[in-house]
Amino acid sequence: MKPAAFTYHRARSVSGAVGLLAELGDDAKVIAGGQSLVAMMNFRLARPEHLIDIARIPGLDTIVREGDALRVGALVTHHAVETADLGPDFRVLSEAMRWVGHLPIRTRGTVGGSIAHADATAEWCLLAVLLDARIVVEGPAGRRSIPAEEFFQGVFTTALEPDELIVEVEFPRPAPRATLTEFAERQGDFAIVAAAVDPDAPRVVLGGVAQVPLRVPAAEAVLAAGVAVAEVGEAAAAAIDVRDEPGASAHYRRALTRTLVTRACEEARTR
Amino acid sequence: MSEIQLVELTVNGERHDLAIEPRRTLVDVLRHDIGLTGTHVGCEHGICGACTVLVDGAPVRACLVFAAQVEDADIRTVESLAEPDGTLSDLQREFSAHHGLQCGFCTPGFLMLAEGFLAERPDATKEEIREVVASNLCRCTGYQTIVEAVDACAARRRSG
Ligand SMILES: Cc1cc2nc3c(=O)[nH]c(=O)nc-3n(C[C@H](O)[C@H](O)[C@H](O)COP(=O)(O)OP(=O)(O)OC[C@H]3O[C@@H](n4cnc5c(N)ncnc54)[C@H](O)[C@@H]3O)c2cc1C
Ligand code: FES
Ligand code: FES
Repeated sequence: MKPAAFTYHRARSVSGAVGLLAELGDDAKVIAGGQSLVAMMNFRLARPEHLIDIARIPGLDTIVREGDALRVGALVTHHAVETADLGPDFRVLSEAMRWVGHLPIRTRGTVGGSIAHADATAEWCLLAVLLDARIVVEGPAGRRSIPAEEFFQGVFTTALEPDELIVEVEFPRPAPRATLTEFAERQGDFAIVAAAVDPDAPRVVLGGVAQVPLRVPAAEAVLAAGVAVAEVGEAAAAAIDVRDEPGASAHYRRALTRTLVTRACEEARTR
Repeated sequence: MSEIQLVELTVNGERHDLAIEPRRTLVDVLRHDIGLTGTHVGCEHGICGACTVLVDGAPVRACLVFAAQVEDADIRTVESLAEPDGTLSDLQREFSAHHGLQCGFCTPGFLMLAEGFLAERPDATKEEIREVVASNLCRCTGYQTIVEAVDACAARRRSG
């Protein structure tokens, strides 16, 4: 199908984009890479009357190391992270990008767009919760910084106000042993289940088993105890609350959770 | 409410001044407003890759980009590969030699995907090529011959 008509605006600054969002209200939407939004507009699942293109706002496409932290600008593309040399501390970010769609999606899709879209299986959403990221947003009243765990609130629902823009995602601590793995029926599809672990935190985060990226404290406790990795997988599988759905039974999701968490822990232990 | 906007596109080195609706996607502009019908369109939601073109050298889905977003960018389509006299490029010749196409519907997308990928990763291994080839759909070949064609092109370019 073809998208419904809209007026196109090109923002030149964060304050300009925020001003337009405040002025145009619910009829306006921001577009970054367009890799989720244009598909939704082609289906007419979204029909904004105004589109505010933020892709040319200067300064939002950099990755900066600042002490222990890594600050990733909202407009940094998946492919830029995939090919960046982030050193051992944040290699999990680069490595995880191969799971995000396909190369031609990754060349345009952005970190900020993924976080704002908030698909509960999206790799960026898992990574943000895994690494205790802070989502830095700017609105008419200025900047605020939201912990990832509070940011994701439900199916495609976040703490972002309609007149706020994500400007940056801040990863506060190195995670040299963190890993992410997943399973999808076809390479490049959104995962049925995705699992990310960081033994040093410790954190176990799952995608595809809840409405938001889900931390599993029961599995984190087992991970911290340093016992056999299979027990971490077992604990995660036991802790989740999943139902039979078309395409994936509860039994299947649980089995995937067990396998993927175990696999992610095994990988983490080799580091 | 069908506003018209002036959009300036550079396609295969040539400038086009267009008066179009902002909702026009790049693939529709290429095919309908500029008349470059080599770029195909299948699913219009990013799955099939038939619409893949290069934007500033990087492969992108032309169905998931509004033309207005890529003003000032260098856009390249399949029409840019062959010489003006019709002589096929090395990549196109390898697709032909390895039977990397049957009906040909997916071919422009695969060619531009491979062209963009090899420019960035000239030393790509066959496994990496296989993973990138998985970006697009082909209902005819079974992909193996496409992987062979891209790998052969990469090897030939490396040997100079
Ligand atoms: C075939 C296909 C496969 C895919 N597979 C995966 C996958 O496996 N994993 C995955 O994670 N993603 C996948 N994606 C989605 C892709 O990662 C998108 O790039 C991403 O979800 C959105 O980023 P974007 O920059 O394209 O955002 P857009 O599409 O431009 O915007 C998405 C939403 O976020 C809002 N938004 C964008 N930027 C900001 C900002 N800075 N501040 C506030 N709001 C903002 C927009 O208003 C819109 O609501 C896939 C997409 C396709 C087409
Ligand atoms: S038509 Fe663009 S990906 Fe299918
Ligand atoms: S050759 Fe027919 S779809 Fe690929």
